[in-house]
Amino acid sequence: MKPILEVKDLNVSFEVYGGEVQAVRGVNFSVGEGEAVAIVGESGSGKSVTAQTIMRLIPTPPGNIKSGSVLFDGQDLLSLSEREMQKVRGNKIGMIFQDPMTSLNPTMTVGAQIIEGLMKHEKLSRSAARTRAIELLSMVGIPNPESRIKQYPHHFSGGMRQRVMIAIALACNPSLLIADEPTTALDVTIQAQILRLMKDLQQKTKTSIILITHDLGIVADVCDRVIVMYAGQIVETGTKWEIFRNPQHPYTKGLLRSLPRLDQRKGEPLVPIFGTPPDLIQPPKGCGFCSRCDEAMRICETDVPAPTSLSDTQTVRCWLQHPLAKSPNMAEGKGASV
Amino acid sequence: MSQAFVEVQGLRKFFDLGNKRVLKAVNDISFSIRKGETLGLVGESGCGKSTASRTIIRLYEPTAGQVLLDGTDVTKLSKAKMKAYRRKMQMIFQDPYASLNPRMTILDIVGEALDIHGLAGSLTERKRKVEELLEMVGLNAEHASRYPHEFSGGQRQRIGITRALAVKPEFLILDEPISALDVSIQAQIINLMIDLQKKMNLTYLFVAHDLSMVKYMSDRVAVMYLGKIVEMAPSEELYANPQHPYTQALLSAIPVPDPDLEAKKERIVLSGDLPSPLNPPSGCPFRTRCPAAMPQCAEKMPEFKETKPGHGVACHLHN
Repeated sequence: MKPILEVKDLNVSFEVYGGEVQAVRGVNFSVGEGEAVAIVGESGSGKSVTAQTIMRLIPTPPGNIKSGSVLFDGQDLLSLSEREMQKVRGNKIGMIFQDPMTSLNPTMTVGAQIIEGLMKHEKLSRSAARTRAIELLSMVGIPNPESRIKQYPHHFSGGMRQRVMIAIALACNPSLLIADEPTTALDVTIQAQILRLMKDLQQKTKTSIILITHDLGIVADVCDRVIVMYAGQIVETGTKWEIFRNPQHPYTKGLLRSLPRLDQRKGEPLVPIFGTPPDLIQPPKGCGFCSRCDEAMRICETDVPAPTSLSDTQTVRCWLQHPLAKSPNMAEGKGASV
Repeated sequence: MSQAFVEVQGLRKFFDLGNKRVLKAVNDISFSIRKGETLGLVGESGCGKSTASRTIIRLYEPTAGQVLLDGTDVTKLSKAKMKAYRRKMQMIFQDPYASLNPRMTILDIVGEALDIHGLAGSLTERKRKVEELLEMVGLNAEHASRYPHEFSGGQRQRIGITRALAVKPEFLILDEPISALDVSIQAQIINLMIDLQKKMNLTYLFVAHDLSMVKYMSDRVAVMYLGKIVEMAPSEELYANPQHPYTQALLSAIPVPDPDLEAKKERIVLSGDLPSPLNPPSGCPFRTRCPAAMPQCAEKMPEFKETKPGHGVACHLHN
């Protein structure tokens, strides 16, 4: 599959009162044409910062893209001027944000917000853009689009606003759609509607999707490939089958174990991950997860593990994959350092 | 079966919005909880589950109905008598960031509860009690002198639990206690609550929208829609054999973290949104989104009836 987006060695940090928060620390990944990739991780793992960096939406200062490149269609987005970037944003890359209540402009009609992008990027006349906007609204399942287009965001419910956001994001037929927790603010029955809509649209338009979420259930439903982030780094990637059936990183395993399942018997205890994520002002020298890891070894505290490939699609960043860690004298987990 | 410890009968909470508009947030709900039992209360935002829990603990005055705690109707108590009953029922809130006073140390946040109910004789006893409580929920005694901003979300939720437990309550209302927390932290808090329940024989009303967590926590589950309870059953039974079309849709909508199950699953996607509670549909509140709606659903609210022992549903399909 030809990659449409390649993120290489991305490092992003934020200046805060207490120092410099290293939010994203050396992230590498790619997204193929027509592929749906999920980035999962808990708050502070750097998943949203990664997405916002791709869109160049990081406020600088306090944000600072320290190094790396984001190749989109062969072009490095990080080297573009703001003017050039505006031709990409909302045109070739669409974005859906978490909170449909605050990401629409409350003083503009819904129609005007869709038409704006169409006139700017697609160079449509106002009336042509209006016709297209009505088409888009009906495509995302909004009843009576002709009259709804004249209404303001506060006339819409949360689920309907998220549909409007999707219509705006898809207006210019983007080749990549970034959805940052698109259903977190919505109820489950509405979430099911929105996810079904995104899946249908993806099959129809062949748009690539980056879906950022903390809900592993959504990942299993919508995505092909999964990227697991922890403490600003990618700790594991793989197809959704590999991640759910054969997780290798202790964090991925822990995450899957700490979720109750509908088929779980009562009284069977949940296995939480103890402790809390590290402070990224002073990120740990070694593996970011080592302070919470049951299987941590001495080397985990001092050295960052390199990614190990387990298959064409699955890679994991963990010292346990090192050949020496698998030898019998290391079995109890507290062996000599490598 | 032991006797009901908490009994809610015909509880209503209407908000008068002026201009003759009345919001019927909770409209005639009844249920009971036995000592040491957990009842899960689920529903989507706006269904009235939070209003119901706040009315039960009398943060809101009920419009009608009774709340019996250990046989006493707490809705009729005077302010002074209510104080004694507040000791018996406590609440843990959703947002651990907003529910702790940022200007108070943990010692004072928890100690205040002891002061109000006169449970600590001296300052040293107060401090000792707070420290004991902190250790019980998995924090350290040294944490007592710190301020809320020094703690993570999960730790703050533990502080909220400490404060609720300080007065030795018997009945706890947990209003979405984990929805503001990260996945890896949620299981820590849930395990803590289950431990505490076993140790202190606590009775829980667990209000949440995360259906898999509710199933895990609760003995019985009540499903709310637009101010009404539409179905109530033991949790295994409810999830295995949901009767109300809304419960069925709700259960099928939960994404399961398992790609095989997801691929096989037949998802019932409801059309439309929750109707406005200001202007609820006539008859059954769910009929506007119900895939099985019949003409009689518009005419009459179905009665809540048991279809088998312990499993009740309010739907014309089952009457």
